[in-house]
Amino acid sequence: MTKKITIDPVTRVEGHGKVTIHLDENNKIKESRFHIVEFRGFERFVKGRPYWEIPVLVQRLCGICPVSHHLAAAKAMDMIVGANSLTPTADKMRRLMHYGQILQSHALHFFYLASPDLLFGYEANVEKRNVVAVAMENKELALQGINMRKFGQEIIKITAGKKIHGTGAIPGGINKNLTTEERDFFLKGEENMNVEQIIKWARGALDFFKNYHSKHKKFIDDFAYFPSNHLSLVTEDGAFDPYHGVLRAVDSEGNIIFDKVDSTDYYKYMGEQVKNWSYMKFPFILSIGKETGWYRVGPLARINTCDFMPSPLAQKELEEFRSYNDSKPSNSSMHMHWARLIEILHCAEMVQKLLNDKDLEGTDLVKKGNKQEEGIGLLEAPRGTLFHHYKVNENDLISMANLIVATTNNNEPMNKAVNYAAKELMNKQKEITEEMMNGVEVAIRAYDPCLSCATHALGQMPLKISLYDSNNKLINQKIT
Amino acid sequence: MSKKVKFTIDGNEISAEEGKNLLDVACENGYYIPALCHMKGHKPAGSCRLCNVKVNGRIMTACTTLVSEGMEVITEDEELAELRKTILEAMFVDGNHFCPACEKSGVCDLQALAYKHKIMSPKFKYEFSNKKVEAEVPKIMLEKNRCILCKKCIRAIKSKDGKNIFGFKARGKKLEITMDEELAAQMTDEDIQRAMDICPVGTIIKKEKGFKIPIGKRKYDKKPIGDNVEKHKEKEKD
Repeated sequence: MTKKITIDPVTRVEGHGKVTIHLDENNKIKESRFHIVEFRGFERFVKGRPYWEIPVLVQRLCGICPVSHHLAAAKAMDMIVGANSLTPTADKMRRLMHYGQILQSHALHFFYLASPDLLFGYEANVEKRNVVAVAMENKELALQGINMRKFGQEIIKITAGKKIHGTGAIPGGINKNLTTEERDFFLKGEENMNVEQIIKWARGALDFFKNYHSKHKKFIDDFAYFPSNHLSLVTEDGAFDPYHGVLRAVDSEGNIIFDKVDSTDYYKYMGEQVKNWSYMKFPFILSIGKETGWYRVGPLARINTCDFMPSPLAQKELEEFRSYNDSKPSNSSMHMHWARLIEILHCAEMVQKLLNDKDLEGTDLVKKGNKQEEGIGLLEAPRGTLFHHYKVNENDLISMANLIVATTNNNEPMNKAVNYAAKELMNKQKEITEEMMNGVEVAIRAYDPCLSCATHALGQMPLKISLYDSNNKLINQKIT
Repeated sequence: MSKKVKFTIDGNEISAEEGKNLLDVACENGYYIPALCHMKGHKPAGSCRLCNVKVNGRIMTACTTLVSEGMEVITEDEELAELRKTILEAMFVDGNHFCPACEKSGVCDLQALAYKHKIMSPKFKYEFSNKKVEAEVPKIMLEKNRCILCKKCIRAIKSKDGKNIFGFKARGKKLEITMDEELAAQMTDEDIQRAMDICPVGTIIKKEKGFKIPIGKRKYDKKPIGDNVEKHKEKEKD
């Protein structure tokens, strides 16, 4: 008798998704799928809105990393207003906002959402799988996580006006500069908000992870391991840069698939496939095709594709990461956490560098040129490469919008991770336990998916797993 | 010299010129009465109905009531607060007031009054207005789904030769604001800014300028609506 397991809702991820796993008569995994079950339709309803409203409107896709959508849309609108470059103040204020954003989003994921998986393991009791349990077990770590997230949000506030859903970036620039008081708050202020302290904590978090790794090598290296292509933005000279760059894709061995692709040419290199069981599309690299052209994005892909980190402490960490992986891309899903922590450190270093930059206090905020009908804005959101593409009609209203968000890019990798985890944990088991089903969630969670963004969907957070027999009859279900 | 009349507002004796409207007089004496359609120096329209006050116990709009000898005016009580809140809620559901993405957010009188009246969510059903955005003129745009039909633009903004640039079209539920495209295209940047500033909501939009004022520096970020009028309350505190 074959069985079908459904995990619905998946927990400690942003948005609403479910997993279905089909077992055959011998309890062997036949098929598994990660479904995104909601739909919002942002691409449709931004049509007819004035273009300058878009950076503020589309950020409502998400409350976790709205800055990414705000900035990607603003970059597209820079093209619309003919601003080929920004003033140094505008460029650096936006970058500061973005580093603050990545820092707070990564801190939220690692400390609030994922740390129970590492501290207690996937077989831990349900009541332990939350940040409160982490705080009871390791108060220092939990407090650092909370403060690091707060720091990132305060950085967003001084650049965008609000911690969530601000208005800083406008077509062609920014609407404010940095005051001396705002700068000094982070350079000379109280300990918890001091950037020097944040760098120390970021290094401490890396030490925590590496120490854990040394004791759980098999779990971190092998759990949900599978080879894949990797894609991200890098600078022309190969540096890590989450705000702007050219597209680079490498295969699982590190061979270049394409490089130095101008972000406005993305559609010449990438396609999207629709499958009838998910509201999330399946992007792929055109030259490789639908079957094997899928790729990973996000911290792991970025760390794999870049040549170097343009900040000293993060560069050292990258070297260690590379050395551990024999100078080849890592294809271990759980290394995503490691890469994410390296990025937190880099962001903290870059925030410190920018806060000491006088350009942020400049008053030349906006640039404009000849208006264009089309705008494309790409950046590296915390969860991966984010694509915003718009067309504007002669009345300044949006006539077309295409958004490919980070989690969408990771759709197939997450499906692969689910398949791996299901096979590893459930194959030929007499009984499917709750802990096994949590193990599947751990694999998904490593990708820090934002399902609201991916389908531009609205809903609650949790995920559901259900187990069906060969006649599609529900025999077990978990809702967490 | 015109005749002076004596009357009371909220129990305090006031003296004012006979024939002046109650809303202006109250404002001059430090009593804030919310209103979205009134402009000092222009004939009152009485269209928004927010400036309801009690005159000798009867509810009347302050903008269309002339001050007279011996009248007893109440500007604030529970019944008036509830009435104003209900009118504001009706305005919100009648249009599409999506404040999070509206560039008038923070300088919008309707939004500021909603905050002042502590409106968390409206009790009426949304109408989901679906009127066409008028954006054919290069520098000015009308987002009709936000219009509260206050007529301020119709009354205050005219072409150089005194013609109406803005006007109403259709009737009843379909009534909506529109503009003469030819005359609107002749408006200077200053004219458009003035029209946008007069508009108490986000209907009249000067194109391509949105969100230039950062959060924290917008009009109502600094002080709530009516704060500059309410002098009498300050005196009471002293």
